[in-house]
Amino acid sequence: MQLRKNIATSESGFIFNPATGDSFSANPLASEIITLLKQGLSVSEIKKNIQEKYDVENGQLEKDWDDFLLQLRDANLLDN
Amino acid sequence: MSKLRYERPVIQKMNAGLMNKFGTRTEYEPVKQIDGVSVASIIKEYGSPVFVMSERTIRKTYKEAVRAFKTRYPKVQFAWSYKTNYINAVCNIFHQEGSWAEVVSGFEYNKALGNGVPGNKIIFNGPEKTNEELLLAIKNDSLIHIDHFDELYQLIEICEHLDKKPRVAIRVNMDTGVYPMWDRFGFNYENGSAWNALTKIVASGKLQLTGLHCHIGTYMLSSDAYAVAVNKLSDLAFKCKSQLNASIQYLDLGGGFPSANTLRGAYLPASDTNPSIDDFAEAITNAILNAGFKTDELPLLILETGRALVDEAGYLLGSVLANKRLSDGRRATIMDFGVNILFTSFWYEHKISPAQDFTHHTEDMVLYGPLCMNIDMVRESVNLPLLNRGDQVVVHRVGAYNMTQWMQFIQMRPNVVMIDESGNTHLIRKAEDLKYIEQLEEMPKHLSSISL
Repeated sequence: MQLRKNIATSESGFIFNPATGDSFSANPLASEIITLLKQGLSVSEIKKNIQEKYDVENGQLEKDWDDFLLQLRDANLLDN
Repeated sequence: MSKLRYERPVIQKMNAGLMNKFGTRTEYEPVKQIDGVSVASIIKEYGSPVFVMSERTIRKTYKEAVRAFKTRYPKVQFAWSYKTNYINAVCNIFHQEGSWAEVVSGFEYNKALGNGVPGNKIIFNGPEKTNEELLLAIKNDSLIHIDHFDELYQLIEICEHLDKKPRVAIRVNMDTGVYPMWDRFGFNYENGSAWNALTKIVASGKLQLTGLHCHIGTYMLSSDAYAVAVNKLSDLAFKCKSQLNASIQYLDLGGGFPSANTLRGAYLPASDTNPSIDDFAEAITNAILNAGFKTDELPLLILETGRALVDEAGYLLGSVLANKRLSDGRRATIMDFGVNILFTSFWYEHKISPAQDFTHHTEDMVLYGPLCMNIDMVRESVNLPLLNRGDQVVVHRVGAYNMTQWMQFIQMRPNVVMIDESGNTHLIRKAEDLKYIEQLEEMPKHLSSISL
């Protein structure tokens, strides 16, 4: 899972895709995941990070992760 | 160290140039209590979903409506429209406040009697009245509103064998300038049917013509239409007096006032567009006062307002069953209530609030009910906070028609709870169970056992 290379993000959760001209707003966790993806962390590392930091069950996180993946695909922000 | 509160990750596309110039904002303020009783505690005690009626709101709304009319006109009587919500506890709040009963079937008629409404304070409307029901209404001196000529002749025939003259009115339909024109109920004004019926009533010598009734539509967005209706009924009343020597004692303007629910497809919220009860009162009372009645002959004004008096007082509390994403990327949220119990979601874009705290992040979603049927959609598109399984929501303004038109389909109908004016909760209709549903079924003997 890899973000498109030239995706621009800001700390406040603003995402810009120069390839399509689309912009998005992300909530704090989405913004954090995108930052970690850009830093090159693997999916399992990111999930581990989230579970250490946030009060969330594993099953819930798995479900939400899959849904987030669909959102990123739908938004054309993933490389493949 | 305690962990941070989790909110699932979400991104939302930003659409520049599609700003809402009216500035209406998403409803993401949580509604955690109703009349001081917490939503979570109601669900804990009575289950989810559950309907909640606020006694305080019913009484307040009723008093405001009465004030709107009585400060403008001396003789006003409300009659509670049973079909809008005929749970007895709800009816009796209206009766305690002084409302008569307006019923449209023998079933509703007997409900009103059972609630203790005197027969002479029951208005019997509707197109179906059996001989037995009419006889009971005659015996009780109820106000019988005749819907069609067949009923008129049926009534005259019944009275051939009685020494009592029932008090009757006719329902009149007319062109009040609104579309669609409701002409399936009653006798038409413009084509002379109404006048024809009135002359037949008087000529029969068997019936006491006492009033004129109309019900020009439902969810009326124009108060002027009621003024037109008053003028046409008044014209008939004057003709009854001058040509038939019959004095019309009351004009019943029926119901039809809207609540603050927004109709599906409406551009603006109903709270910004619908006339208020004062607007209707002003139009109706001005029209009667200016119609030409002598001061001592002003007719009693009867109103059969239902929806506008009870919608606001009803809430539906429910919970999220599941979340999913549809093939086109839209979020779908499945609730534990659907069109089976929230019948009015076919007409309204119900306001729905979460019942717990959320951040300001929201998403557009389709809200589905729990039925395994494609039609079960509560909101086609609604912007709500990020709901998770188990989260609770409050649906607003569900007091009218849902607790009468609900269906026992796939799921059973839930508890209905009333919060009294002191903040105590009372179960006013129990949730159905399998035994209740099956109690009317009979099993033929040859089908009583199976072997698979």
